[in-house]
Amino acid sequence: MENVSNQQIIDALQGQFGEEAIYGIAESHGILQVTTEVEHIVPMLHFLYQHPVLKFQFLTDLGGIHFPEAKGQELGVIYHLHSLENNVRLWIKIYVPIEKPEVPTVTGLFATANWMEREAFDFYGIIFEGHPNLIRILNVEDMDYHPMRKEYPLEDATRDDKIDELFGR
Amino acid sequence: MSEVALVNNPNVGLDRTPKSGPYVNELTTLNLGPTHPATHGIFQNILTMDGETIVDAEQTVGYIHRAFEKIAERRPFYQITTLTDRMNYCSAPINNMGWHMTVEKLLGIEVPKRAQYIRVIMMELARLADHIICNSILAVDTGALTGFLYVYQWREFIYEIYEELCGARLTTNMGRFGGMERDLSPVAMEKIKKILAELPAALKEFESMVVRNRIFMDRTQNVGAISAERALNYGFTGPNLRAAGVDYDVRSLNPYSSYEDFDFEIPVGTKGDTYDRFLVREEEMWQSLRIIQQAMDNLPEGPYHADAPHYYLPAKQEVYRNMEALIYHFKIVMGEIDAPVGEVYHSVEGGNGELGFYLVSDGGRTPYRLKFRRPGYIYYQAFPEMIKGSTLSDAIVTMSSMNVIAGELDT
Amino acid sequence: MSDAKINIVEAPAGLEGQGFFATSLDSLVGMARANSLWPLPFATSCCGIEFMSTMASHYDIGRFGAERLSFSARQADVLMVMGTIAKKMAPVVKQVYLQMAEPRWVLSVGACACSGGIFDTYSVLQGIDRVIPVDVYVPGCPPRPEQILDGFMQIQELAKNESIRRRNQPEYKALLESYGIE
Ligand code: SF4
Repeated sequence: MENVSNQQIIDALQGQFGEEAIYGIAESHGILQVTTEVEHIVPMLHFLYQHPVLKFQFLTDLGGIHFPEAKGQELGVIYHLHSLENNVRLWIKIYVPIEKPEVPTVTGLFATANWMEREAFDFYGIIFEGHPNLIRILNVEDMDYHPMRKEYPLEDATRDDKIDELFGR
Repeated sequence: MSEVALVNNPNVGLDRTPKSGPYVNELTTLNLGPTHPATHGIFQNILTMDGETIVDAEQTVGYIHRAFEKIAERRPFYQITTLTDRMNYCSAPINNMGWHMTVEKLLGIEVPKRAQYIRVIMMELARLADHIICNSILAVDTGALTGFLYVYQWREFIYEIYEELCGARLTTNMGRFGGMERDLSPVAMEKIKKILAELPAALKEFESMVVRNRIFMDRTQNVGAISAERALNYGFTGPNLRAAGVDYDVRSLNPYSSYEDFDFEIPVGTKGDTYDRFLVREEEMWQSLRIIQQAMDNLPEGPYHADAPHYYLPAKQEVYRNMEALIYHFKIVMGEIDAPVGEVYHSVEGGNGELGFYLVSDGGRTPYRLKFRRPGYIYYQAFPEMIKGSTLSDAIVTMSSMNVIAGELDT
Repeated sequence: MSDAKINIVEAPAGLEGQGFFATSLDSLVGMARANSLWPLPFATSCCGIEFMSTMASHYDIGRFGAERLSFSARQADVLMVMGTIAKKMAPVVKQVYLQMAEPRWVLSVGACACSGGIFDTYSVLQGIDRVIPVDVYVPGCPPRPEQILDGFMQIQELAKNESIRRRNQPEYKALLESYGIE
């Protein structure tokens, strides 16, 4: 175990997809993270899944993120991959503009992505193209916004006992 | 009966599809939940039934969605511990410690050995408490209430140990960034020793009632099975994955909090059915007892928390007497201490599997983004696939053996 | 079982003589109701686990005549709402309440059910009293089993002293109407 180094992963990815497709390379407590373009994400996950050495065959998690300041790349999706055989983890990030938040689905490869993508849709409004059943999962059907985006408030709007003065606001 | 039925349920030879009468070839729709008592929390399943056989199931979740991830973006780090309790409330300390370790990773705090050992003890006690509930409720669902009443007393006893350490029973909010909030008191030591000495007998009693019980075996063997490949594809972790035969355990693969010091085994099943899940949990309890024993035997001397005054909330007595402690207390409680910028992922072996925390910090007093990887949410997706072709009563047993916990699932 | 102490409920105040005992119907019915309340546990989250403790041998809610949990709303007397009620769940709570037959009481257990608790968020109902009338609130996050038992005894007290005509009174009708319940 631990015979796969992060450099090896970078080399493998850059060899397959070209140097310019893999950027934002960083390491956080031993976990490699890379950023890539939306069009590469599905081939890349397939490539990593089928790679004879790397074998990233376990999708640990998938989550959205919102950066309102980053124009043109407001919404992000982070894929947490885990190669159980080599015990190596990898994060792949992609960013899409908020006007057109379209990302291809990976449910074809990982059955577990189904609900994770629905959650990201529910929270951030990221549209996963090709998803078999992209509807809200945790919130009520008729909600008309995506609550985890930074501009929306946390508090329940129907409460009137919370007087601003008492809360120092 | 469909194809899946035969794979899942070979030894239930009865074909329950009506052959004559008004219901031949007629599918009925049955609504199970969200308040059905046997759904263990509030999940809704809309089942399409052919006679007694489930043809299809459609799940709805989110009935207690409480917006944890959104709250986490508005609360200072130390207040998030309170949220983590309420995720998997059957084993709250594991969640607490997992979150503390995540933040310690971000802050770069080194936790002293003694604190790590105390954490291990508490986490294993929590695992015991979790598995006690899961297994005894599984027995209840197959009709054996007595076992539940026997072992539940020990869960109460574990609550008492929690109370010794943090004052709360269920939502523990235990520990601090950098260690524990207080040391193991002599009473707590006593109680842990008592549980080590007496729980085995109770567990044995429970096992002798259930494990080789014909009814229990018939109700659980080959019910709700899932293969290792499907389980991995569905992102299973924890006992449910191990029951399918994959020996993935975060405690041994990526040891945290000194788990590498302990000698324990990882039980695996072969078929991934309900009975295997039950046995894996049962064996894990024995292993937890072993770990606690080792930790108690080798409990190192030394401080029970790190020397990190900026992040470690000082003891109340100190706050009243000591100027510096008062200042730090004020700063921490008012959330005036900023965390460094960074991104960390930390995972622990929760009661149900890999419980992960993905934390993005932009250097403020609150996380920029906190994503919880909740094992229950991820593996509950596979439920329709696991129950297709089985009967309604098997579906209930399958669900209860998966140990889906609504709070964790819906955050 | 010969040495077991058996508690027998005290008879209501009344007129006693040789071979007869006279009391008001109200108090007789109240006594009977109070000591055989069938709870409907509506356990959604953490507080539900504390209810499990209340039910198990340590605390044993059966001592208060609530041995028989009624999972069917039609036969239940007390709706015990334990845990967070999200907005998605609110219609279900109401539905269950509507299915219960009169007389019915509601026990709201835990900060979440009482007021939304620590979850002042867009998805959580800020107290179940926004959808159904509540008789007794039990604070705590979670309340200890003793507290839940205490709350339950308060309901017993209410049941004992309730006039059998209360449910026909215009005040009660108005209360239900304010919740949109016919
Ligand atoms: S009041 Fe507290 S313990 Fe009870 S459901 Fe709410 S958060 Fe959980």
